[in-house]
Amino acid sequence: MLRIRSLEAGYGKLKVLRRVSIHVSPGEIVTIIGANGAGKTTLLQTIAGLLRAQAGEILFDKQDVGRHAPEAIAFLGCALVPEGRQVFAPMTVRENLQIGAYVQIRRGHAREVESDLGRVFELFPRLKERVSQLAGTLSGGEQQMLAIGRALMARPKLIMMDEPSMGLAPLVVRDIFAIIRRLGSEGHTVLLVEQNAKAALRIANRGYVLENGRILLEQSAEDLLANRDVQRAYLGRDLDSETELDGKRR
Amino acid sequence: MVWEPEKECMQRDELRQLQLEQLQAVLARVYMHVPFYRKQFDACKVDPDDFRSLDDVRQLPFTSKADLQENYPYGLFAVPLREVVRIHASACMSTVVGYTRNDIKTWSNLVARVLGAGGVGKDDVVQIAYGYDLSTGGFGIHYGAERIGASVIPTSTGNTARQIKIMRDFKTTALVCTPSYALLIAETIHKQGINPGVLSLKYGLFGGEPWSEAVRQEIQDKLHIVATDNYGVSEVMGPGVASECTERNGLHINEDHFLVEVVDPKTLNPLPVGETGELVITTLTKEAFPVIRFRTRDLTSLLAEPCPCGRKTMRMARVAGRSDDVLIIRGTKVSPSQIATLLGEIEGQVPPHQVVVERPGALDEVTVLIAPGESGAFDELRKQHERLAAIERRLSSELGLSINVKLVERKSVESGPRVLDKRKA
Repeated sequence: MLRIRSLEAGYGKLKVLRRVSIHVSPGEIVTIIGANGAGKTTLLQTIAGLLRAQAGEILFDKQDVGRHAPEAIAFLGCALVPEGRQVFAPMTVRENLQIGAYVQIRRGHAREVESDLGRVFELFPRLKERVSQLAGTLSGGEQQMLAIGRALMARPKLIMMDEPSMGLAPLVVRDIFAIIRRLGSEGHTVLLVEQNAKAALRIANRGYVLENGRILLEQSAEDLLANRDVQRAYLGRDLDSETELDGKRR
Repeated sequence: MVWEPEKECMQRDELRQLQLEQLQAVLARVYMHVPFYRKQFDACKVDPDDFRSLDDVRQLPFTSKADLQENYPYGLFAVPLREVVRIHASACMSTVVGYTRNDIKTWSNLVARVLGAGGVGKDDVVQIAYGYDLSTGGFGIHYGAERIGASVIPTSTGNTARQIKIMRDFKTTALVCTPSYALLIAETIHKQGINPGVLSLKYGLFGGEPWSEAVRQEIQDKLHIVATDNYGVSEVMGPGVASECTERNGLHINEDHFLVEVVDPKTLNPLPVGETGELVITTLTKEAFPVIRFRTRDLTSLLAEPCPCGRKTMRMARVAGRSDDVLIIRGTKVSPSQIATLLGEIEGQVPPHQVVVERPGALDEVTVLIAPGESGAFDELRKQHERLAAIERRLSSELGLSINVKLVERKSVESGPRVLDKRKA
């Protein structure tokens, strides 16, 4: 589905990504975990075409999209749920979702938009309840649902999500991750970038650790959860104090 | 049985992508965590950030057994010791390797692949006659056999009569050990007049030392089994690096965990597929003890043609020998220079000596012939006996292998070669 080889990207002279190679196979949920500033958002923005790759190649569905414009990449079926939701605040929920269907209409599938809308409402009943409400008046969690719903309206082959849990209450975070897990089980392909590594690894099949613009590890999500380096750096477990507390290590 | 079909039968282009991702990641890890590799890379002016393709691995310096010895015991570990759950070492204790919990899991799966390829499944009764000790063989195979779900009998090495009794009484279906030990078991069964038909044995998985097709034929005929070869390197992982499937036409390399190259042992230039040279391995997934371009000293060639078994991994030819003078004795590596060093330590200076390797029966035997010391007259027989016994004890304990020591006339030692390997004759 997605195959990236030795990608380099950044802002002007500032190199953020150094020869990053990753892949996402159809039906997989793949997560990229890493600290703030590791390059996670830069990676997604480069794949989406919002940022130009300085070197390396990006193959989406076997096509080299490294030089494609963002709209062309979206048209090919690569959707981005951006960091901070970025819903269109002065528009209603329905209008936001219809905007998401834009590429579907361009593909000549305008007639399917109504049923797709139904599917999004089935996934997010809360959005159905607020279909005529202005997006700007929704709660953070609802806005995140709207952003995901908007991406789904494009019938993407790959959904990239940038920090979907950011700024949300723990209970809402749980709902959002349950939705992503469900998308995965329904055959969607997801590339998930998250600071909440534990939650992301619990729903992912595979993961990469990104540090200072470099991939340090590629493993199954299960193995990453068991990796002590990952636990210490990203899962917020203080292994040493655990030893002191209960006298044995887990 | 293909244990991990999604990996072992992976399309080549997918595999290359995965290898590139993992190579870049492991290079970043060793550069960060292992001072030895950082120094090596800096000295060769290679920046791990510059790696864009798998072929770039050729710019990297090699890692040798000597590098491992110089960093004894933990210098090359890439994780703190508290994350290591298992430690193995070579018989002579000069190299030490470690495994994290994830490494053990990976290792178990790779050995499960080896066993599956050799015909073993969950319904088999697997008798493991490798040493359960510092070496990687026993425990390595054991965990993989449990992973596959077989019934595992950890007999360890030795006590051939008991091995045979267990084999018969416990209805062993698969025997895992060194080929020379398998041959000894086969010969013993033959000598005792036991009809192999009364045994339940179906498969034999042998590795740890090079063995010929003639030996394979003999073991297969005497035990009525399908005997497959498997290849491991303790410094790299232990068993689980490569193994034959029941087609017996070369060993499938677990390329999603090991990046292999074959190089000319003299020029160190990479050789094309099909040409025989020294196998060089880079671990792609190991956490505790990654090795970069490790020179195995084993001579082999790569085979790219597809195998009827469906696995898409590259295969390697059965190991044809070594590119150094290291002897493999009953699965244990012995270097003649190490023997010389030890003799020097014991005697004060290295006495004239000759290392003789023979295979009188199924098993190899090593005899060190030494000349009497300068002042040592033959009349001091008792002293000489004590001296020989002391040398024998010291050599055997340091090398982890029983060694015979014999006194011979100076001129017969001085005229012959330093190592006389009669097995090849």
